[in-house]
Amino acid sequence: MGIGLSAQGVNMNRLPGWDKHSYGYHGDDGHSFCSSGTGQPYGPTFTTGDVIGCCVNLINNTCFYTKNGHSLGIAFTDLPPNLYPTVGLQTPGEVVDANFGQHPFVFDIEDYMREWRTKIQAQIDRFPIGDREGEWQTMIQKMVSSYLVHHGYCATAEAFARSTDQTVLEELASIKNRQRIQKLVLAGRMGEAIETTQQLYPSLLERNPNLLFTLKVRQFIEMVNGTDSEVRCLGGRSPKSQDSYPVSPRPFSSPSMSPSHGMNIHNLASGKGSTAHFSGFEGCSNGVISNKAHPAYCHSKHQSSNLNVPELNSINMSRSQQVNNFTSNDVDMETDHYSNGVGETSSNGFLNGSSKHDHEMEDCDTEMEVDSSQLRRQLCGGSQAAIERMIHFGRELQAMSEQLRRECGKNTVNKKMLKDAFSLLAYSDPWNSPVGNQLDPIQREPVCSALNSAILETHNLPKQPPLALAMGQATQCLGLMARSGIGSCAFATVEDYLH
Amino acid sequence: MKNAVIGNNKQKANLIVLGAVPRLLYLLQQETSSTELKTECAVVLGSLAMGTENNVKSLLDCHIIPALLQGLLSSDLKFIEACLRCLRTIFTSPVTPEELLYTGPDHQTILFNHGAVQNIAHLLTSVSYKVRMQALKCFSVLAFENPQVSMTLVNVLVDGELLPQIFVKMLQRDKPIEMQLTSAKCLTYMCRAGAIRTDDNCIVLKTLPCLVRMCSKERLLEERVEGAETLAYLIEPDVELQRIASITDHLIAMLADYFKYPSSVSAITDIKRLDHDLKHAHELRQAAFKLYASLGANDEDIRKKIIETENMMDRIVTGLSESSVKVRLAAVRCLHSLSRSVQQLRTSFQDHAVWKPLMKVLQNAPDEILVVASSMLCNLLLEFSPSKEPILESGAVELLCGLTQSENPALRVNGIWALMNMAFQAEQKIKADILRSLSTEQLFRLLSDSDLNVLMKTLGLLRNLLSTRPHIDKIMSTHGKQIMQAVTLILEGEHNIEVKEQTLCILANIADGTTAKELIMTNDDILQKIKYYMGHSHVKLQLAAMVCISNLVWNEEEGSQERQDKLRDMGIVDILHKLSQSPDSNLCDKAKTALQQYLA
Repeated sequence: MGIGLSAQGVNMNRLPGWDKHSYGYHGDDGHSFCSSGTGQPYGPTFTTGDVIGCCVNLINNTCFYTKNGHSLGIAFTDLPPNLYPTVGLQTPGEVVDANFGQHPFVFDIEDYMREWRTKIQAQIDRFPIGDREGEWQTMIQKMVSSYLVHHGYCATAEAFARSTDQTVLEELASIKNRQRIQKLVLAGRMGEAIETTQQLYPSLLERNPNLLFTLKVRQFIEMVNGTDSEVRCLGGRSPKSQDSYPVSPRPFSSPSMSPSHGMNIHNLASGKGSTAHFSGFEGCSNGVISNKAHPAYCHSKHQSSNLNVPELNSINMSRSQQVNNFTSNDVDMETDHYSNGVGETSSNGFLNGSSKHDHEMEDCDTEMEVDSSQLRRQLCGGSQAAIERMIHFGRELQAMSEQLRRECGKNTVNKKMLKDAFSLLAYSDPWNSPVGNQLDPIQREPVCSALNSAILETHNLPKQPPLALAMGQATQCLGLMARSGIGSCAFATVEDYLH
Repeated sequence: MKNAVIGNNKQKANLIVLGAVPRLLYLLQQETSSTELKTECAVVLGSLAMGTENNVKSLLDCHIIPALLQGLLSSDLKFIEACLRCLRTIFTSPVTPEELLYTGPDHQTILFNHGAVQNIAHLLTSVSYKVRMQALKCFSVLAFENPQVSMTLVNVLVDGELLPQIFVKMLQRDKPIEMQLTSAKCLTYMCRAGAIRTDDNCIVLKTLPCLVRMCSKERLLEERVEGAETLAYLIEPDVELQRIASITDHLIAMLADYFKYPSSVSAITDIKRLDHDLKHAHELRQAAFKLYASLGANDEDIRKKIIETENMMDRIVTGLSESSVKVRLAAVRCLHSLSRSVQQLRTSFQDHAVWKPLMKVLQNAPDEILVVASSMLCNLLLEFSPSKEPILESGAVELLCGLTQSENPALRVNGIWALMNMAFQAEQKIKADILRSLSTEQLFRLLSDSDLNVLMKTLGLLRNLLSTRPHIDKIMSTHGKQIMQAVTLILEGEHNIEVKEQTLCILANIADGTTAKELIMTNDDILQKIKYYMGHSHVKLQLAAMVCISNLVWNEEEGSQERQDKLRDMGIVDILHKLSQSPDSNLCDKAKTALQQYLA
């Protein structure tokens, strides 16, 4: 009996090892046959009852056998790719059982793999970087810094640049502007986001009609959702569940708001004996207050985001009469800026720029909503005026789409995008419809990063941070290795190095 | 002082010369000193110990060890720590004799009795790698050749897991090599101490393959040495483990690589590497020899495989004349193990004239080498060994007779054993040489040796000397009186059955002689003794005595009638009749044969 490996097309009527592109270990003499009629002394003989294992190592292209769980040492080196396990039987009545892992192996293959995984990882860890005095470190620092800048983590970027003695390529104000826009997009406040973009980067959207169209479609979706500022002004309310922005599990997505650590205002307020509801306002939020039927969603904006209690209380005092139908017991606040302490548990590190430095920032907003027991989500927040506004907006969008087609030709992406968005209206409960995933806040991310990249391009900065580029390249490289049969890629994933 | 000496060997030496050490020790031991002062003293002393070896010697000369040990009894942790640090520095220095700390070989037991196992066990799960590693090392030292500790270790639970399981986890292939090697050592020692069976999976499928991997080319030279030595120790007593090891990862071929240091490449390219290789070359060779010795201890096929490995016989033979005692010893062990093969004795041992360097090793070697070398010589002197002749010609008789006078019982046994083998079916001249060279005085001294083995082999020698009629008569004519005295003495003494049987066999041989017979027939005392043993409760002794009688009454020989008559008068015939009814067929046959001599 011979046990071994053969390439495609090898004569199946001969024992493995005898012919070209075939390799075998024969039981009668214990010899190994490497594409040759004459064997080499290799291991012990084997016979009835013995368990013979054959392991091909795709990292170093070798093969070893085992007998009853004992490794017999390397039999073949420099093996070609694409070999098939082969058993050759010569004696009439011979029987062989094959185990490809459906039963546990006698030989401890897991332990063998552990060793190779460790080897590969050590190879990566010890990869020579040819460091010329600090060059490597500087490069790493640049990558980190550019990543922070790209996503608008301006306070961290600033602190990082300071402590590593670097210069930030982009002006701080510019970073803050981008951050402000990103926050608006991620909060679903598309109308404001578009408006702010147009203010700060006047010609950007004019030059990118497709981007503008994408933003507008998203605005339409957010209107349906009831989160866009234009419909909120009209009394739309945002169900809490929609507004709570989940922590993104994906690395290198744009910064996300992670409201899972929302502060409970109840604790702050009741500690002071206050029973009042409180809120800060900007622009259209008066409408929210006046609409006593649905005052649930309040948008507050004040100079300091430190949420210190006395200040909140002072606001409470001034507004308490208007909203006295709420008790603080029901008040839950969700906020998109937290203290640093809370931020520790947040994965995306979004929280910087809010606690210490933001007294100079204008876009620090506190979002707050009342958890008024399991309210059903309603189209545009349930307001008739908002629905009308939404429909009107939809018509504008349709017109824009037609105009775009005239000017720039057919665009299937745009067409599909619009169709999907309009499909939301076909369902009584869009959230639970087949197209409902568009309403998921996570869908704001690609929009946000497209807008961010476009802004950066106007500043002649890379569309993608070098760090993300490097990660993408590494991932591609691993895929390429796998396709080319370079086995070590099995023991290396980019995720292993993202801590 | 502390600040002045830190990192400054010159200052340290200066302070020592100025006599700081006795003063510091005085302050350290004074009852009136505050613990702060004592601690500072210990710290300064520890700093001094960090310096040159001469510094350590100076500290030892001032009897620092008892003072520091006394300090360990203090209740102040800081002071204890300073004392421990200082002690560790001193004891890790090569100039410090460890007897200063251990007063006897039973320090394992002392540690064990003070709860070392329990206190160290939980450190195996420490978060710190260093702590885990040190705990592991402690266990390897505690378990070595200690059944009591080893039996306890197998049952110790740490976080709900048995210690052997923890050790097995520590020898997983992704663990640092040092950890794999040390846990393999722990399991090896526990196995050799009888606490883990040799067919346990944790030995067969985990420890053994791990140790084989440690011998691979990928490992550092130090690791390969330790791996091979530990594996040699693990498989030494168990043929099944020897068989598994022999097929694992081409171990036998892998070990051949141990002889390639320093390689010709390392000499040219890299002086540092050459130095490193040179340093380890001896260690590598002796480790390989040890492992070959264990591998070939029992199995003929494995021995063949070893000998067939590239130039292995040449290498081992060369090893016999290496300057390093360790290598020579290991080479002798290896050859000794291989010399158990009849086939190899006849072939490769002869082809490589192993006897030549072996005889050289036997001149002026330390006892430990002599023991193994002479034991191997015993094998080379077996009658079928073709080396027997040349060994005799190169003066082996005198050498072996010299060994029989050694203080070391193992050497006496091997010496007399080799002589016994030499005398087996030997020609008259050799026998005479042996007797002359040994001298009857020495022969009698050996017959009263305190070591039973020596006595048995001496009797064996006598028996071999007294075989074939002309030889018997010749020897008895010159040494008859002394030999008869010795035989009488042993038969009268308090000896076990085997000794007495062997002695009766000697008598039977004497009785086979032509003239030698008379020495028995004229010795009534001996005749009475033979009669006594015919009626002994032990069949073996009865049989031996019967052979004796049979030879005396054999009627084809001259004077048989007189001998028969004399023995009949002594009542031997009656006993023969009784024995011819014996249920033991052997005995019965022998008695009948003897009686037939009377009938003829």
